[in-house]
Amino acid sequence: METPAILAEALSKRYAPDAPPAVDALSFSMPRGATWGLLGGNGAGKTTTIAMLLGLLVPSGGRISVLGHDMARDRFSALARMNFSSPYIALPARLSVAENLRVYAHLYDVPEAERRIGELAAQLQLTGLLDRPAGELSAGQKTRVALAKSLVNRPELLLLDEPTASLDPDTGDWVRSWLERYRTETGCSILLASHNMAEVERLCGHVLMLKQGRVVDSGSPAELLGKYGREDLEQVFLDIARGRQRVPA
Amino acid sequence: MNRAAFRRVWGIIYRHLALYRRSWPRVLELMYWPVLQMVVWGFVTSYLAGVQGNTASVAAGVLLGGVLLWEVALRSQMGFSLSFLEEIWSRNLGHVFVSPLRPRELVAALMGMSIIRVLVGVLPAMLLAWLLYSFGILTMGPVVVGFFAALLVMGWAVALGVTALILRYGAGAEALAWSILFGLTPFSAVFYPVAILPGWLQPVALALPSAHVFEGMRAALRDGTVETGHLLAAFALDALWLALMGYVFLRQFESARVRGALLNIGE
Repeated sequence: METPAILAEALSKRYAPDAPPAVDALSFSMPRGATWGLLGGNGAGKTTTIAMLLGLLVPSGGRISVLGHDMARDRFSALARMNFSSPYIALPARLSVAENLRVYAHLYDVPEAERRIGELAAQLQLTGLLDRPAGELSAGQKTRVALAKSLVNRPELLLLDEPTASLDPDTGDWVRSWLERYRTETGCSILLASHNMAEVERLCGHVLMLKQGRVVDSGSPAELLGKYGREDLEQVFLDIARGRQRVPA
Repeated sequence: MNRAAFRRVWGIIYRHLALYRRSWPRVLELMYWPVLQMVVWGFVTSYLAGVQGNTASVAAGVLLGGVLLWEVALRSQMGFSLSFLEEIWSRNLGHVFVSPLRPRELVAALMGMSIIRVLVGVLPAMLLAWLLYSFGILTMGPVVVGFFAALLVMGWAVALGVTALILRYGAGAEALAWSILFGLTPFSAVFYPVAILPGWLQPVALALPSAHVFEGMRAALRDGTVETGHLLAAFALDALWLALMGYVFLRQFESARVRGALLNIGE
């Protein structure tokens, strides 16, 4: 049986012994090729969960396996096969787009790096921007560069933190369409954290609803809509965030 | 280290070289202080030599040699620490630490950048010393390579300590990257022998590789002798300090992963 893309078992994180848990007994198994969403309000534990999955943060308890690699003992093997994009982590602004991508091609030991950079530039409409300093790009262009960086090593697992934050609706839609096509073509597993409910509804086959570090509900967007008797995920999100009872279907 | 590891190390070095290629003020800054130091100390020694009526004074050579060699330690430490700080300033550390780059490879890359920065910073000052003051540091002979290497490694050990403090206290500890080695100058016996220091301070000085390097440099300039004991002591202390600071760095790196400090280290 194929190992899951992500296996989290009783994952927990406390930043201080007397602080409430940022993540509390989180368990899930995300299959290969799936696109899952992490939903929750501010402080729900999304960023902490993603940071633990990336090995940036050591869990206080529990276990994580990514693509079959135990993150406590063998995180670098997993990191070589995955990647990450977030609008909140920048790329060096003075380096050109091509230089930035070249740096990450080296860090991920990408074979035929120049060819890969050319491919990504063509796919993400960056060819004309390759010689421009990354700091001079618009928000939409920066998002496309960050996506190119996150795909440079052909990751089997992609972690995306609010991939369309601060983008205009047109650019946001372009990114979502591109991600849908990329997933279909490559079979890449994607875990995304987002506040954009329409985005999660469109991209994700399964959603984990987090509140105070715990999974309070989960299921496909359609299942959650049915369970809460709502028209869209935003209403479901508000029901959960405000502790409202679910409405029987 | 395998090929992939070399590529990761080169990736970080390439990132910094690309930055310098696009920022001439940064390149100028590398040379600015060593050259300025050389000019000022060069005139001071010229004046003193004139007063003594001895233009080939050993004292002048000792001062200029001290300036040049101490710049190696300073530039080595800053080259390492400031390259790490560049990652913080560009808010890029998150991407670097979620790549397969191992902490020891990051250290190797920062050491590589340190060597490059030392060469770019100190070589023009050496050239200037030769052109303006007829002082050739290479006249000490091949032992000067040993002095260079010992001070380079000492700079790395101090930089590892500074980087560990940055990991522990965030960018608030960044001022140490600029100042910490200046604080060691009085104990390093750069311009005077260790024997000048008060008795209780001498063991402190002799615990630093730099004090042994400068004792050795003075012997080489004064008598033309190579004091192997001092050179070996410098390298032994380098190994000790480097191992100790490497351990502290790795401990702080793991501690930062536990505390979540890698998520907001720029703050």
